[in-house]
Amino acid sequence: MLKKLASYIKEFKKDTILTPIFVVLEVVMEVIIPLLMARIIDVGIQNGDIHYILEMGILLIVSAILSLTFGMLSGRFAAKASAGYAKNLRKAMFHKVQDYSFENIDKFSTSSLVTRMTTDVTNVQMAFQMIIRILVRGPIMMIFALLMVMSISMKLSAVFFVAIPVLGAILFYIAIKAHPNFERVFKKYDKLNRVVQENVSAIRVVKAYVRESFEEKKFKEVNDEVYENFKKAEKIVAFNGPVMQFTIYTCILLISWIGTQLIVGGEMQTGQLSSIITYAWQILASLMMLSFVFVMIIMAQSSAERIIEVIDEEPTIKDKENPVTEVKDGSIKFENVSFQYSDEQKDDKFALENINLDIKAGETIGIIGGTGSSKSTLVQLIPRLYDVTKGSIKVGGVDVKDYEIHALRDAVAMVLQKNVLFSGTIAENLRWGDKEADQEDLEEACKLAQADGFIKEFPSKYETVLDQGGTNVSGGQKQRICIARAMLKKPKILILDDSTSAVDTKTDALIRKAFREEIPNTTKIIIAQRVSSVEDADKIIVLNEGKIDGIGTSEELLKTNAIYREVYESQMKGGDEDA
Amino acid sequence: MPKTKGKKRKTIKRLLKYVTEGYKLQLAVVLVSIIISALVGVIGTQFIKYLIDDFITPLLGSQSPDYTRLLNVIMIMAVIYLVGVVCTFTYNRLMVNISQGVLNKIRKQMFNHMQKLPIRYFDSRTHGDIMSTYTNDVDTLRQMLSQSIPQVFSACVSMVAVLIAMLATNIYLTLVVLAMVILMVFVSRYLGGNSSRFFVKQQEDIGKVNGYIEEMMEGQKVVKVFNYEEDSKAKFDDLNEQLCDSMTKANMYANILMPCIMNIGNLGYVLVAVIGGILSVNGILTIGSIAAFLQYVKAFTNPLGQVSQQMNSIIMALAGAERIFDLIDQEEEVDEGYVTLVNAKMENGKIVETEERTGMWAWKHPHKDGRITYTRLRGQVEFENVQFGYEPKKRILHDISLVAKEGQKVSFVGATGAGKTTITNLINRFYDIQDGKIRYDRINIRKIKKDDLRRSLGMVLQDTSLFTGTIRDNIRYGKLDATDEEVEAAAKLSNADKFIKHLPQGYDTMITGNGEGLSQGQRQLLSIARAALNNPPVLILDEATSSIDTRTEKIVQEGMDKLMKGRTVFVIAHRLSTIKNSDLIMVLDHGRIIERGNHNELIAQKGTYYGLYTGAIEID
Repeated sequence: MLKKLASYIKEFKKDTILTPIFVVLEVVMEVIIPLLMARIIDVGIQNGDIHYILEMGILLIVSAILSLTFGMLSGRFAAKASAGYAKNLRKAMFHKVQDYSFENIDKFSTSSLVTRMTTDVTNVQMAFQMIIRILVRGPIMMIFALLMVMSISMKLSAVFFVAIPVLGAILFYIAIKAHPNFERVFKKYDKLNRVVQENVSAIRVVKAYVRESFEEKKFKEVNDEVYENFKKAEKIVAFNGPVMQFTIYTCILLISWIGTQLIVGGEMQTGQLSSIITYAWQILASLMMLSFVFVMIIMAQSSAERIIEVIDEEPTIKDKENPVTEVKDGSIKFENVSFQYSDEQKDDKFALENINLDIKAGETIGIIGGTGSSKSTLVQLIPRLYDVTKGSIKVGGVDVKDYEIHALRDAVAMVLQKNVLFSGTIAENLRWGDKEADQEDLEEACKLAQADGFIKEFPSKYETVLDQGGTNVSGGQKQRICIARAMLKKPKILILDDSTSAVDTKTDALIRKAFREEIPNTTKIIIAQRVSSVEDADKIIVLNEGKIDGIGTSEELLKTNAIYREVYESQMKGGDEDA
Repeated sequence: MPKTKGKKRKTIKRLLKYVTEGYKLQLAVVLVSIIISALVGVIGTQFIKYLIDDFITPLLGSQSPDYTRLLNVIMIMAVIYLVGVVCTFTYNRLMVNISQGVLNKIRKQMFNHMQKLPIRYFDSRTHGDIMSTYTNDVDTLRQMLSQSIPQVFSACVSMVAVLIAMLATNIYLTLVVLAMVILMVFVSRYLGGNSSRFFVKQQEDIGKVNGYIEEMMEGQKVVKVFNYEEDSKAKFDDLNEQLCDSMTKANMYANILMPCIMNIGNLGYVLVAVIGGILSVNGILTIGSIAAFLQYVKAFTNPLGQVSQQMNSIIMALAGAERIFDLIDQEEEVDEGYVTLVNAKMENGKIVETEERTGMWAWKHPHKDGRITYTRLRGQVEFENVQFGYEPKKRILHDISLVAKEGQKVSFVGATGAGKTTITNLINRFYDIQDGKIRYDRINIRKIKKDDLRRSLGMVLQDTSLFTGTIRDNIRYGKLDATDEEVEAAAKLSNADKFIKHLPQGYDTMITGNGEGLSQGQRQLLSIARAALNNPPVLILDEATSSIDTRTEKIVQEGMDKLMKGRTVFVIAHRLSTIKNSDLIMVLDHGRIIERGNHNELIAQKGTYYGLYTGAIEID
């Protein structure tokens, strides 16, 4: 894991290596400075030698300036390295997640992915900064102090050599104990994040049903869980400081006891004893520093694991080797296709069962069927949003799995039932279809989608800023912007998944007319509730509970298909038109 | 700059208030423990001098040294040390309680407050940015509360002790030290100020990154369909780069703070040594006291260094706290209403309040003179010259007047963007009107308590929001204490029962994050079931059946008509078949009502509705 984590340092390797180097230099100065200070007292002041004091003072100031320089440099490099490291981690995760399939995403859930990319990365970043700054400083200070103790008395240094491993073992034990608790904490964090996310995006429902207090209760529950688990984890970690203090105090007492006997026995000087005690304090200080880092590392360990999980996850839908990079035409062929969603795999229930279809390039296909008849599922298989469970789908004569995903999706434009617009201007949203589109292209596409008219009515026209989810335009306007966005792709296959439901029939008809006249070679698949939206299609597919119930023109189906006939009659009877 | 200074001080005060409030006793124990623990440390440093002078030196000459007294002293010292360790443990443990407790409280307060914020607040921010406050911003407080505050306090205790000792030794030299301290304050102000500026920016940038990730994840299907992965990566990289930049700068200023403070301390040491040396040569000061004083200077700057090391987390925490308080300080939805909704029953021809669920509701109207009157809830809604715009300058609705009488089915028809949804959002006061009046059973809706107003209005929205949980839980959202039978009855009424029974675990099927197995239409059926269970006196259906096929819709509608018989229903729909049997149909265009009447009247008028119905014209 460490190796993997280290591989994201990348371009910040220089800063990462320079930090501890400057830390070492800084520590060296910090060791020299007290020695100079001691000389000022021991020699200069004792002898009343102003000259000596000045000399040493200048030396001390020079050392201080050096120490300051090294300190500032190490601080600067540390900041750069750790922030850069965090950036690389986030980047690696986000890029990876963009390649995920929906199966992958559902495995983690959106809110967890968000926490992992921010909170967890911050934890690792802090630990990283601590490691390159303090993890070097602490041991060096300690080693220096130990060396000094050894140079004074080998016997007394034995005390430390016993104590430090014992301490290490205890700290290790604390870490092992705390780790699963921190893991739990982060899981609860995901849950907390989810509750907030669902609450924020469903706020209209919450308010409409006056469920504020219910939501508060729900939040309180998960909030308390975070609290309890965090408390448990931190309580274990809270042993760190006292344990270290206890160890070092024991050392001091032992040294006093043994040291006294050594002095009385004539093996040591009193001055040496007080030096050793001073060094003991220094060891304590560096240990405390280490314990602080230690806590961060324990926490970061859980976070790091969560980050690695995201990076290591293999996308379930990906390009095969030597993929086909061009889609020849818009013909589509389903051969014995069956499909089930990953979370339903335990059962034998299929969302789609044994679908066979043959669609020629340029045809207009209508799909009609009851709620939950898997209309959307059917079309989402074409651009490989999901992979078929059984059978195969060919586009332009080639199995969709043999295409480069990018090429396939470039050729297939889809307007989803759940339209999503992103925060940004209308023009920005439209350019999703074609980055290079100029204003003229945008307007042309919008005219086809019957959106140009209302967009131009907005005060800022194409530069009107949309909120997240496009809450500031109406449902029908949203749908038309989405259609224009898809048209800009100039696709070989255009799929409209119930995407004119909020558009009036007249506009709907105009859009279809534009399709016929402006993009005759594009295969058009239209899912609709309204018979009028599909009536003039070359072929209409009637879906029922995941199976094809009938295929044919409207006329044919009226004769042969009961479901179609019923829908047709209920809608057409008495001129039941839609507005 | 002075303004932000004041703001920062206020932020600190507010944060500390969370700590002091509710944890008085624990905090007192913590403070005492810290003081004892710090003093034990100070005693510890003095112990060795005492040991040498009073024990080792006398023992040196003796032939058969008696160690019993020494052992006693070491035992006493052991006890003192043990007290120190226990105190350290105590305050560490208690600080966990306090800091986690404060975080818990802050999160809770944020969430509870957020529930009271107007819809506008949610419109104007990305969801991820709001989520970031709960995790990333609250997290910044954790380290500060559990580590920094005790350390800073402990350092202050030692510094005060040392300062007193310094003053007792020599005032002039103390002044030199104080001058150094002033220099340190200036430096840390400068660096801290810069650092905090960037930490604030860092937290904002994290919010942005969080928002972007969340939005891209929610719209992942669109991203994939449009091959937008590379662009979304590029845009993410931009935001990530910005975050990295502010993070680097913030940490850099914070990181160089400690070396600066420590070395100013070193400078002070030299100054004291030189001045002290001069003084001692002139015989003003003894050598011993200068030596002692220099030790004090060291003892004084060490904790200062510790404090400056904590500055990092403190400054960051303040940046996080600012965003937290920004949320907590957001103005709540105004609710000046005092008329409440109660269950009622008729007694001797008079309406009386009751605890029972009678299926009859009444408005309880307290008057200034202490009288309380009850008005039966009838569901009559009146608009009188209502004007509204989401932004003050841009009017969406012009001069809307309408009356929906008890038990009527009132529908709104019109082109997209004509203002249909807006009208219904005004009835339940998601937004407040700019001019005119809306009355509900002749009561101005401003006088009705918001919760009660909304409780009296059921609402099914076009965008269905489901929560993680079972199907059953999601329907039960409409009536929290509903029995399983009631839930299933509501599902049957909305025709959702049919597909639910086909799910692997039926009503106990879990809906997770995206609920990918459910179609849009099925989601709509669920939210209709939710409303049916809620069984409200007045119902608003905003394109509630737009993704449901017409066959199913018909069944759903029959069910809902039965349920809502005699109650007022507002319907927005594109399908004229959905609204044809309405008592009153309003044709809206560009925020104005251009036609009104029932189906037959409107057809006879041969106006816009007629045109729509026959497919001859379109409003746009």
